[in-house]
Amino acid sequence: MLSVPLVAQVGGTPLETLITKTIDGLALGAIYALLALGFVIIFKATQVLTFAHGAVSAMGAYLVSYFAITLNIPGRWIPDLPVTLQFTLSAVIAIVVAAGIGMALERVFIRPMIGEPLFSIVMITIGLDIVIRTIVGDYIGQGNTVVTGAPWGFLSQWKIGGVIIQHAQVATIIVAIVTVAVLMWFFKSRIGIAMRATAFDQEAAMAQGISAGRIFSLAWAIGAALAVLGGIFAAVPPRALGVSAGTAFFALRAFPAIVIGGLDSIKGAVVGGFIVGMAEVMAGHYLSSVTALGIGFNTVVPYLVMMAVLLVRPHGLYGTVEIRRV
Amino acid sequence: MSGPLLEFENVSLSFKGVKALSGVSFGVQDGELFAIIGPNGAGKTSAFNCMNGVYKPQEGDIRWKGESILGRRPDRIAELGIARTFQNIELFAHMTVLENLLLGRHIRTDVGWFSGSFWTKKARREELDNRDKVEDIIDLLEIESWRQYPVALLPYGIQKRVELGRAVAMEPELLLLDEPVAGMNLEETEGMARFILDIREELGISIILVEHDMGLVMDIADRILVLDFGTPIAMGVPADVQRDPEVIKAYLGEDVVA
Repeated sequence: MLSVPLVAQVGGTPLETLITKTIDGLALGAIYALLALGFVIIFKATQVLTFAHGAVSAMGAYLVSYFAITLNIPGRWIPDLPVTLQFTLSAVIAIVVAAGIGMALERVFIRPMIGEPLFSIVMITIGLDIVIRTIVGDYIGQGNTVVTGAPWGFLSQWKIGGVIIQHAQVATIIVAIVTVAVLMWFFKSRIGIAMRATAFDQEAAMAQGISAGRIFSLAWAIGAALAVLGGIFAAVPPRALGVSAGTAFFALRAFPAIVIGGLDSIKGAVVGGFIVGMAEVMAGHYLSSVTALGIGFNTVVPYLVMMAVLLVRPHGLYGTVEIRRV
Repeated sequence: MSGPLLEFENVSLSFKGVKALSGVSFGVQDGELFAIIGPNGAGKTSAFNCMNGVYKPQEGDIRWKGESILGRRPDRIAELGIARTFQNIELFAHMTVLENLLLGRHIRTDVGWFSGSFWTKKARREELDNRDKVEDIIDLLEIESWRQYPVALLPYGIQKRVELGRAVAMEPELLLLDEPVAGMNLEETEGMARFILDIREELGISIILVEHDMGLVMDIADRILVLDFGTPIAMGVPADVQRDPEVIKAYLGEDVVA
């Protein structure tokens, strides 16, 4: 698999290895948390399970590459722009563009379906997933991998004794923390409260003068932006060389995180993301010598954890017990 | 006096052949406390849902200050100045009393996300203003001690008051109250009646009241419309409506009158 972390050899003591792997697990968990957050926000606000999330995240990651490498924006106007800055700005532009595309998708494909059976809406998102994935795949090229212009290589890392800390992993964790903080602040703001109100009781929210349509647009914009954030970190070293057909499937691996946390819980998305990331990395390292389990067992572990959690808590760790309203 | 604040003209609403309202006409004057009564299933709540845009009647017209509001979205109608409460409390249960009331300020806040994010002078002023208004309502409805509680934890009677407060926080011109005293004991009912009258006197808000509690309606309403199976059967001041044979028949059955 492309996304097998190509973290450089570990040569430290068992404790140092454990620290290295913990940071790796947190970073992977942060990506899953970002992807899961977008999914949960869309679900909470609009009651739509979107299966187009992976495609949107791959599209966003490709957009970063498109802006940073193909168009050289904003570097073409500013000579000697540092790579990090070029990449960051391209990422910001890509996120804004993707948020706009998310809003457009909602307006064109999802809004007319309000009141229709959930099943039909879910089928539409699956259709969107295939279409967006195909279009992005065409741009990338069959079997190709497009670099995103990220400033990190596979060996951009700090070494403290035997502990290895990848720059990209630190960036991922910081971005995830900042994002969660911003979201917490947002949900306390007027628009955020309006969004929570709409998620809880649409009719009552509308009676307060809150436009449900605008809230839906906003939820899809935020969801798409978060998908792109996750997609970017899934498509840079050490996770992958760049954007490829596999990037879209990365978001699918966040699915156990969403289910573990509870479909409609923001907190659950974050906790679930870190549980899955940590489980995957730890299993990848400590179970890799158990040949009976075969290669790539680590990618199965999240689903095992998911099943275990569901057996004990059918609605996930923080999910609302009765989601469906009567 | 100028024209009515809210006017129903020959409004008919049906669901797949079931008539919920047929030929309902009335006008509510500015400052009036207008009640709609009728047996279960008479179409009282349907009338409310037409007023605030949840349902769209097939026939007739609904006018706000002379202008048709037929087919407008509920949030647009709320912006015009029509607030409502619900028969079954529809508060945002996980939020505190204060947050619920501040939500009522949503349409009275026009600070955009930009100045909101950077906490500009205008945003600060508006926030203080909102807090002031909400505190006034908390005082008026005597819910000071519940301010920071999540609504789900409050007793039923208090929740009803919070819902009333949330509607008042919108500074509406017209308040639609759907069974504000349903399930309340005598003492709570009297308390609620006092709040409703206070809201009209002190804040000058016109009110349309849907209610089953005849005692309350006869006490506080200026005029009453009686619906039976979606058809208006009487309209007038409480004393007249009370004596109307049609009304007695609808409530007590044919035999009593015969």
